[in-house]
Amino acid sequence: MSGELSAWQLILNGDPTLVAIVRLSLAVSLSAVALAALAGMPLGALLALTRFPARSALVVLLNALMGLPPVVVGLAVYLLLSRSGPLGAMGILFTPTAMVIAQTILIVPIIAALTRQTVEDLWVEYRDELSAMDVGPVGRMTTLLWDARFSLLTALLAGFGRAAAEVGAVMIVGGNIDGFTRVMTTAVALETSKGNLPLAMGLGLILVVIVLAINAAAWGTRVWSERQAG
Amino acid sequence: MRAPMSDLPLVLDDVSLQAGATTILNRLSLTIAPGAPTLIVGPNGAGKTSLLRLCMGLVAPSTGRIDWGGRTDCALARRAILFQRPVMLRRTTAANVTYALAQAGTPRPLRASRAAALLDRVGLSDLAQRPARRLSGGEQQRLALARALARDPEILLLDEPTANLDPAATRSVEEIVLMAAQSGIKIVMASHDLGQVRRLAGDVVFLVRGALCEQGRAEDFLDRPTTPEAAAFVRGDLVI
Repeated sequence: MSGELSAWQLILNGDPTLVAIVRLSLAVSLSAVALAALAGMPLGALLALTRFPARSALVVLLNALMGLPPVVVGLAVYLLLSRSGPLGAMGILFTPTAMVIAQTILIVPIIAALTRQTVEDLWVEYRDELSAMDVGPVGRMTTLLWDARFSLLTALLAGFGRAAAEVGAVMIVGGNIDGFTRVMTTAVALETSKGNLPLAMGLGLILVVIVLAINAAAWGTRVWSERQAG
Repeated sequence: MRAPMSDLPLVLDDVSLQAGATTILNRLSLTIAPGAPTLIVGPNGAGKTSLLRLCMGLVAPSTGRIDWGGRTDCALARRAILFQRPVMLRRTTAANVTYALAQAGTPRPLRASRAAALLDRVGLSDLAQRPARRLSGGEQQRLALARALARDPEILLLDEPTANLDPAATRSVEEIVLMAAQSGIKIVMASHDLGQVRRLAGDVVFLVRGALCEQGRAEDFLDRPTTPEAAAFVRGDLVI
């Protein structure tokens, strides 16, 4: 990506490097959201519907973990995946896979905490009916997750927003390697420190527009499907 | 179709229910036997809802015992309850019934046709694909009835199902309830509407402040009440 060209020219020309960066950013963050949803939603529902002694402490911890600093997650994943780390043999440090792992860890608490709140609120409303229909624990979880699906979309968006916006974790475990692990946020950081402010601003603008577009699409989906299913 | 074990007669033996320091139901003994609908009558706060929840097995009595056809385990299989404000699942009308059928153990291939038959029975066939939460109050009560009937219950407990409905909606709910009673389902229904008691009841359980005040055939209760509270209630005086 040459510094002489302005960001607009790159966008308008469909610069292949730029397209690759945008595509990798989306691939990494959307994969992280999908994995985090798979882990975080059942976890949140479980926490909402079970009662055990350490539950309150766990809820507080989960809520606190929503503010987990990305660089700390990056560092932890780095230590795990580095050559001398416990998972070093896998050789995935400085790959997109490592970036997905780091972002997943970062947003599981967000999705789990928001899911717990949503499911717990819906459970208050559904408790009598589901008890009277003799719905078992697993059925309760799946029913509540499904019936809360429109609200849970917000949890997914919060997770995606966090993943797409963070720079610390992907920088540490991805390494910002040109053409391989460079994503929008790390590219913005790099271009800014190189003093190439127009390009940095252009990339930042694209990032904002993408996040906005995904939120708008999700909102539209929610409104449409709520009209379909109530 | 039906399991061989019966939940009837439903017997409450010296049952009390406490919530903290408050006594909601006080040493109630009564037997609910097969036959015409039993209406649980009494002013607000008399304990009608709590009695229904006890009968359903959703809450356990503080003291005393309840048994269903001689069993004290409270497996819900043969019972269904209609809450005063039923909660519609965030799905279509048909999906609400299908869900209840699935929970009641109906095999998957039979669910669609049974759901259609149940919706027809409560007159909601035209609204099958409508989101359930967009239905009117009366339609929601009828859908809740279809959901309750999906359990193929032996006892159907109803908590003032027409309390917030206009006369037309009340009539269609009452018609479904009478049809269920004629098909052999034991109806136990809370009400504070004397007209409804006259229209539906075979016998009456009259509660005042958590205690059983009077119990007997509906005509006797309405025409020859024996306690002063029942007499006042039937006259239309305010019983608190």
